[in-house]
Amino acid sequence: MNSPDDRRYTAEHEWVMVEDAASKTAVAGITDYAQDQLGDIVYFELPKVGDAVAHLGKMGEVESVKAVSDLFSPVDGEVTEINEKLLDHPELVNEDPFGEGWLIKVAIGDVTAVDSLMSAQDYDAYTAGL
Amino acid sequence: MTSDNPENALQRTALHDTHVSSGGRMVPFGGWDMPVQYPSGILAEVKAVRTATGVFDVSHMGRLYISGPKATEFLDWVLTGSASTLRVGRARYCLICNEQGGVFDDTIFYRLAEDRYLLIPNAGNRPTVVAWFERWIEDRFPLGCNMDDVTESTGLIAFQGPGTLAAIDELADKPLSKIRPFSWTEGAINGAPVFAGRTGYTGEDGFEFMVQGPDIVKVWTTLTDSGAVPCGLGARDVLRLEAGLPLHGHEIDENITPIEAGLDRFVRPDGEYVGSGILRGQRENGVTRKLIGFTLPGRSAPRAGYALLHQGETIGSVTSGSYSPTLDTSIGMGYVLERYAETGATLDLDIRGRTSQVTIAELPFYKRSRNS
Repeated sequence: MNSPDDRRYTAEHEWVMVEDAASKTAVAGITDYAQDQLGDIVYFELPKVGDAVAHLGKMGEVESVKAVSDLFSPVDGEVTEINEKLLDHPELVNEDPFGEGWLIKVAIGDVTAVDSLMSAQDYDAYTAGL
Repeated sequence: MTSDNPENALQRTALHDTHVSSGGRMVPFGGWDMPVQYPSGILAEVKAVRTATGVFDVSHMGRLYISGPKATEFLDWVLTGSASTLRVGRARYCLICNEQGGVFDDTIFYRLAEDRYLLIPNAGNRPTVVAWFERWIEDRFPLGCNMDDVTESTGLIAFQGPGTLAAIDELADKPLSKIRPFSWTEGAINGAPVFAGRTGYTGEDGFEFMVQGPDIVKVWTTLTDSGAVPCGLGARDVLRLEAGLPLHGHEIDENITPIEAGLDRFVRPDGEYVGSGILRGQRENGVTRKLIGFTLPGRSAPRAGYALLHQGETIGSVTSGSYSPTLDTSIGMGYVLERYAETGATLDLDIRGRTSQVTIAELPFYKRSRNS
């Protein structure tokens, strides 16, 4: 599987992309590998706008028909927006995990923190070994 | 299915390669490597079974022949349902209990002839059931009852959904749709001989086909080529839950009786058999906990082990739960203290620290229309 190389990844299968370096906002979601492993997603429990999230800290939950998994934030920051569409259409994440199925937007203090995460190439090598 | 695997290796059905090559995601279940879903996903598979036809490999379930002049007497002793009143050609669902009335397994058994039966235990319970039956045969029926485990030389396919009756008559050598529910007959599909039972575990009409060894690939392919959607264990679990059917290890186990599980109608009120005294006592005097079904709005699912509460006090726990695509709401089953098991009453469910109100519902959650 080729993950897009315009963003960074965590071992917990979240992605994050700096959306606007000037305003220090990033958008985050779960990877295609993650949605494929989960199967049909039916519910998201996401943080609220204004909540603080921490790198690899639990920020919510995702439920598929078969299982519940924790969601971990890829970065430190404050939630500025959540993807409201997912409340009624969680399947968007199955259909388009890197696009329409984004989860949250975050104001991040340090844009360079994102660069310390895995590259697409490293992430794909990592999932190939799972 | 051969024994050259290391001891802990998962067993494979004769359809294993077919599942893998069609994209089935394989998981361990009851000692077998089985597909939990295919690429179309659990929700699409459930929909296929509720609206058209779906096909499941259930070869992991056991197949035991019980035969001999004492076979009927033996089954009347180890089963909660009666073998002696079951007519040749018919099938019956019931429980296999221990002496305390706890459920070793649930099963469907078919009367093949006056002195011959086919009995289907669950995959993971087959060793327990075989050992239990061997013990009783030795103790009480040493002559005149024989058990033959053909699980590894045969396969089992479930063909389920409202479209199965019309579809099967196009595919089989004779009109299998003519047999009644909980009956069996023999026929052939694409030249492969099948034992066909009009039974299942989805809440839909349909069939289960027992096939000899490698013939199963031919039968499977004939059914999928006809448009039946291959379904995995994930869809099977959602379907059985919507239909209010118990799963061993969840709603029933060795420490739960069929009376507690609301399965009274599958338990003979009279006669002496294993567990009969305790079951009769519970039927007359009541039980302290009862199985309930409940619904909650939304899609966040109750999961096994979550606490059920009444005014802050834990009074039971969840045994199974899921988002129900057919009803578009979340559903669950669980045990609560008997005095709280009242249809229409509300309880609180602790979903990982969040509290949701649930409403106790009649089982089954889903009942198919019977106008065919």
